[in-house]
Amino acid sequence: MIVKEKHITLDVMKIRKDFPILSRKVNGNPLIYFDNGATAQKPKQVIDTISAYYTVQNANIHRGVHTLSQEITAAYENARATVQKHIHAKYSHEILFTSGTTEGINLVANGFSKKMVTAGDEILVSEMEHHSNILPWQQLCEEKNATLKVIPINETGELLLDEFKKLLSSKTKLVALTHVSNTLGTINPVKEIIRFAHSKNIPVLIDGAQAIPHLKVDVQDLDADFYCFSGHKAYGPTGVGILYGKEEWLRRLPNYQVGGGTIKTVSFKKTEYADIPLRFEAGTPHIEGGIGLAAAIDYINEIGLQVISDYEHELTIYANEKLLEIEGLKIIGTAKDKASVISFVIDKIHPYDLGVILDQLGIAVRTGHHCTQPIMDKFGVAGTVRVSLSFYNTKEEIDTLVKGIIKAKQMLK
Amino acid sequence: MKIEEIEKEIAEEFSLFDDWMGKYEHIIELGKSLPLIEEKYKTDDRLIKGCQSKVWLHSKTQDGKIFYSADSDAIITKGLVALVVRVLSGHTPDEIVNAKMDFINQIGLTQHLSPTRANGLVNMIKQMKLDAFAHKAKTV
Repeated sequence: MIVKEKHITLDVMKIRKDFPILSRKVNGNPLIYFDNGATAQKPKQVIDTISAYYTVQNANIHRGVHTLSQEITAAYENARATVQKHIHAKYSHEILFTSGTTEGINLVANGFSKKMVTAGDEILVSEMEHHSNILPWQQLCEEKNATLKVIPINETGELLLDEFKKLLSSKTKLVALTHVSNTLGTINPVKEIIRFAHSKNIPVLIDGAQAIPHLKVDVQDLDADFYCFSGHKAYGPTGVGILYGKEEWLRRLPNYQVGGGTIKTVSFKKTEYADIPLRFEAGTPHIEGGIGLAAAIDYINEIGLQVISDYEHELTIYANEKLLEIEGLKIIGTAKDKASVISFVIDKIHPYDLGVILDQLGIAVRTGHHCTQPIMDKFGVAGTVRVSLSFYNTKEEIDTLVKGIIKAKQMLK
Repeated sequence: MKIEEIEKEIAEEFSLFDDWMGKYEHIIELGKSLPLIEEKYKTDDRLIKGCQSKVWLHSKTQDGKIFYSADSDAIITKGLVALVVRVLSGHTPDEIVNAKMDFINQIGLTQHLSPTRANGLVNMIKQMKLDAFAHKAKTV
């Protein structure tokens, strides 16, 4: 059931109190954290959940008959159900816990390499992918003598949909595409892309690492075959992530890692494996990661993703306007539909130099190629400065950033 | 001047600045004074790979001493490179290999030696010492 969220505005000062790190100083200045695309800060609700796990709940899951093990197994499986509801998956067994987006993509690529792809086949990615959604497919193609095809983007950083349609062929085994670009901020029309790919019976994997923290994602509405994301970018712990896969696809995928927890019975002659999702979750999982991620999802939902996304949109428009007032500043990635990511370059100033000066002022931005070297090549830059905003950022912080950039420009000229 | 004496001189020079801005402005100025590497030496095989800023390094020997020239595409990196070149250039391979480079810590720039800074400075110092070692091996 989809509940329409009430139109309320976000009380940012109240929210900031939930994030203990936001009150620290860096190089003598109050921290201004604009590197949310790399990882988001954690609310105390998540920190408390992790702390409580080690203080009063620690036990291994899916094993013991003792109370602690029973309790934490229930909490871990509840976390799976929380994720299922959050992304509106049909079944909780379609939710696999992974170590992050990267592992989710590798798990699917491994399965496709073993079972689905043969010489001459094609895998389709886009020019705006993070290296994590290029390299597993590139390696698969090298192993199987298959071809990696690339959907080009235009000068604003939007996918060329006509080119995409032309690139799909009877040889295409999978389309792997990012929902939101970590460098350009572009929100891709993934629903439309999936619909078109499905009309040719081609499955689609969506890298949702940058979408989950900002957008309401409904995997059934999108009709994605695979959807993966990381906990830490969505206010949860590091080292935990989710791979959603449609039941039919997960059943078709061969084992990834095997070991404790993945079996029904083992003998030296024959092992019978467990059903999904446990078949894919070898070894003791990142238990506090799973329940911490559920706490983060509960936290986000309490505020409301629509409220979050409205506020972030407002902040992004404000930052965009203010940044463009700076002489010589050019924004890389100007798609119509954008998440709260702004990448830019400034005439004659190296992003690294700007990053160092801003750090002295307590402002954390990301500089470099953002693990998207093909995008840097496309726009003919060595790197950019990236400001990625979250709902705990403020307009005042953006004003301080702009002043910082102007100061850095004076120093570096 | 010995390596330790140059290091001491730099530490004294930086002690004049009581805030980070003065310090960084000085580094930026130093970057401008760096003896630039000749264009013909700015080749990929002389490129020290940092993640973000590029550093080119060239070394030559004269009368048993090693002379470095270098450049970077980022100006702060260039300033840091200039300091390191000033300390190590014009010394014997033995002196260079054994240099402790304590001055970086003394002037409060240790954070630039962290690998996550990705400015190529750590790799540059490593390469300068390797070059010195190679020259030494040739002459033995």
